[in-house]
Amino acid sequence: MAKVTFNEDICKGCGLCVDACPKHILALAKDKINKKGHNPAVMTDQEKCIGCAFCATMCPDCVIKVEK
Amino acid sequence: MAVVFEKPKSLTSKEFHYCPGCPHGIIHRLVAEAIDNLGIEGKAIGVAPVGCAVMAYDYFTCDMIEAAHGRAPAVATGIKRSLPENIVFTYQGDGDLASIGMAETVHAATRNENITIIFVNNAIYGMTGGQMAPTSLPGQVTQTSPYGRDVKTAGYPIKVAELLSSLDAPYYIERVAVNNVKNVKHAGKAIEKAFRNQMEGKGFSLIEVISACPTNWGLTPQKALQWVDEKMIPYYPLGVYRDKDKEASV
Repeated sequence: MAKVTFNEDICKGCGLCVDACPKHILALAKDKINKKGHNPAVMTDQEKCIGCAFCATMCPDCVIKVEK
Repeated sequence: MAVVFEKPKSLTSKEFHYCPGCPHGIIHRLVAEAIDNLGIEGKAIGVAPVGCAVMAYDYFTCDMIEAAHGRAPAVATGIKRSLPENIVFTYQGDGDLASIGMAETVHAATRNENITIIFVNNAIYGMTGGQMAPTSLPGQVTQTSPYGRDVKTAGYPIKVAELLSSLDAPYYIERVAVNNVKNVKHAGKAIEKAFRNQMEGKGFSLIEVISACPTNWGLTPQKALQWVDEKMIPYYPLGVYRDKDKEASV
């Protein structure tokens, strides 16, 4: 199983990780606003994550850490 | 659990000041990953440009110097010649390298100066608010070309990789993009090769990275990357324009 952690405070909500995810399990949290004033990206279904790190590869702000 | 992906050690803990979705962050990370992979953090010296990446010196843990607008290749030449054991790289945008710094760039290339240049081409002046750059596409709407770039008065975009590869001297010139996972991974390999060339004393290596500017293009980050695919890459074809490694083996 893979584990993805988001450093939500520095996320700028650009959504590039959401588009990159082949399993479509990332989303921008519409009910949350971080310190910067953005809706941060969050994992919606950790069980389905395959740990490909595509999200982290496309993230411009080094928000995402991937473990497998 | 093993870590598959985390922030490279050669980046400081400071948050990037770039706009949401700006690929500068991706390119910074690729440079830092190359420095980590090659184990040269202690001897790398970076030269920051003028432009959006002007504060790159805050983000890399290696020594950094800020050059006057466009003069990074000249500053890098000075550093490399006085400290030949160090690994010297510049990080420049298109307004910096292809406009005011064109002379320094061409001459550093034609001397086959043993430095590494990361050239970020997003076809616009980002920091100053989206003016037309030497690399803006024909017909591209910018602050200073509100009806689109008119090639009759503003000329055609400068294709830096092609232009420099017409010189005999440069060792390695490649154009890459960071608009999708595949291209980002390939860009990382090209940047690492550009650093390795310098470590092996081979000479001038320049990587042109086709980037995006969602803010000044007036597009969402997703649409900006799509625009790279549809407009930028057809005009600026990706690929290796010079690689003397391969020429030698033929």
